Amino acid sequence: MLANYGYKDGSGEFFIVVDTDKCDGCGACVPACPAGVFELVENQYDIDAENPIAAVTKEHSKKLKYSCGPCKPASGYDKAGMACVKSCETRAIEHSW
Amino acid sequence: MAVETARTEYWRWTESRWTSPDIDWRNGGVISGGVDVGSVSTQAVVMVDGKLYCYSNMRTGSDSPESANQAMAWALDGTGLTIDKLHATVGTGYGRVNVPFATKAITEIACHARGGNFMYGPSVRTILDMGGQDCKAIQCDEKGKVVSFLMNDKCAAGTGRGMEVFADLLGVHITEVGQLSLKVETEPPPVSSTCVVFAKSEASGLLRQGWAKERVLAAYCSAMAHRVGTLLERIGVIKEFAITGGIAKNPGVVNRLAKELNIQPLTTTMDSQIAGAIGAALFAKALHEKKGRS
Amino acid sequence: MITAGIDCGAKNVRAVILMDGRVAGKASVPAGMDAASGAEKAFDAALKEAGIARTDVSKIVSTGAGKNEPRFTNDVVTEVGADARGIHQLYPEVRTVIDVGAEEGRAIRLDARGKVVDFAINEKCAAGAGAFTEAMARALEVPLEELGALSLASTQAIPMNAQCTVFAESEVVSLVHRKTPKPDMARAIHDAIADRIASMARRVGIEEKVALIGGVSRNVGFVKSLRDELGIEIILHTDPEFVGAIGAAVVATDQ
Repeated sequence: MLANYGYKDGSGEFFIVVDTDKCDGCGACVPACPAGVFELVENQYDIDAENPIAAVTKEHSKKLKYSCGPCKPASGYDKAGMACVKSCETRAIEHSW
Repeated sequence: MAVETARTEYWRWTESRWTSPDIDWRNGGVISGGVDVGSVSTQAVVMVDGKLYCYSNMRTGSDSPESANQAMAWALDGTGLTIDKLHATVGTGYGRVNVPFATKAITEIACHARGGNFMYGPSVRTILDMGGQDCKAIQCDEKGKVVSFLMNDKCAAGTGRGMEVFADLLGVHITEVGQLSLKVETEPPPVSSTCVVFAKSEASGLLRQGWAKERVLAAYCSAMAHRVGTLLERIGVIKEFAITGGIAKNPGVVNRLAKELNIQPLTTTMDSQIAGAIGAALFAKALHEKKGRS
Repeated sequence: MITAGIDCGAKNVRAVILMDGRVAGKASVPAGMDAASGAEKAFDAALKEAGIARTDVSKIVSTGAGKNEPRFTNDVVTEVGADARGIHQLYPEVRTVIDVGAEEGRAIRLDARGKVVDFAINEKCAAGAGAFTEAMARALEVPLEELGALSLASTQAIPMNAQCTVFAESEVVSLVHRKTPKPDMARAIHDAIADRIASMARRVGIEEKVALIGGVSRNVGFVKSLRDELGIEIILHTDPEFVGAIGAAVVATDQ
């Protein structure tokens, strides 16, 4: 399942996408993010699932543009080089912007 | 007797409750409950063996547990059923952890997919829930399992709250804004600002220029339809398509969105706001049955 | 050399007359429905203050959201360009400019020559601009001019959850119902917008010295919250709303 956390407002579209089919619940992204955007939660989308999944916290999902700002310099940045993306061995994390 | 209020509350929408005339809970097996405590409205649903038995839909008060209690009490009103007779109850929505009598809390995304599948049938693949303070787009499979979703609860644009701001600005009841917006002879260009604060100043400017209320509403409804349309692009719209939540009752937005997407949304005889609570009640039934097996 | 800069903002139009690098006249008028006539009025008022006639001005450059509206100007410059030139003229040591206006927030990084190295803009969302504090002052039923001083009297930091101005209004109303002290609410409002502005500034990389301009920099509560958030000193200008217009007038001296 593709979970899109974030929002679209007048200034643009800001989503972090977690592919729960790829996420194995290892939790590496949680300490990797300098802003503390991620948490591990129970997988409520699949009743048979046993592993937790990574999710963006409620608080940060409403201000991702700002939370992720320091990792995204205005003059350009490298999506693959971001701490969260690099920390995920199964490549379950993507940024929309 | 008429009750006088100091100021007309244009945002106040109609509360509702319903009981099935065909079902007697005393003859049933599993009685499950679902409560969806949203930021603006709360719905309580009771199902008997997976069939819809009764529901209520009311405003959320300042206290979530109390709102959940009241909604369930109203749903059960006159049925002879009491909360302690429910075999399992699931809470969902913004205040899902504050349902005092719930067995478990489950995310509203999973509940909406499950409930949408029940309300609109297994052919539904895309569910758009336009609630009071959020907007959810969900893609699901034939079993009502989530394939992908997005939820926007950061920004008021594209939510019921945005529409309430306009109802209040124009002095038109929220239940009437949609119909009124369809009375324009020609469709005006949409309000250009996405942000509700800026859209409101834009609309005030249009009113000063002499625009009629219905024309301003048409411009806002079409802006909202367009905004939600572009939000849906992220997950894609696959047929069949259904709209739930309070805005589903606003033909001004629904008609324009259908035109924009070129897809006619499915319709239902049930209250479009109870999808989450129905899904919760179905999860409650599954949980109860799982417990019985183990 | 006499030049003029006109900053056609969302709320106000500002005109500045620059005479040999010195501000000889300035004026601000509400933008109203028609930015073009607002620009005329502001320009005439600034000329009057400088004691000169239109014909004495050799070049006029406009900037701001409505920069293309006035018909009497010779050239336009972007808001970012105008801010950069304006601040470099006034404070050559500044490397980061933060501009918070009524409907837009900007952060700009400059090099030692005043050239723009990088910039970030927050537009089209009221939560990142002065419109946020205006709406919050209304919800609190406090005049906007008093909101800043009020927040300096706060004794505790309380978080605001809403990131949208419309949702924040409801949050403030419910805080009022819970009898939260008004100074603490005022501070929560300023902390919330300062947090967003600081994050935007971090995107361009904050290098000292930092200057804060734009109308919102007159709000002492916001300035304190931003200082606390960034943990550095911030340079303030006495006429923070005129820096863009000054920059446009400086651009007009280029030949």
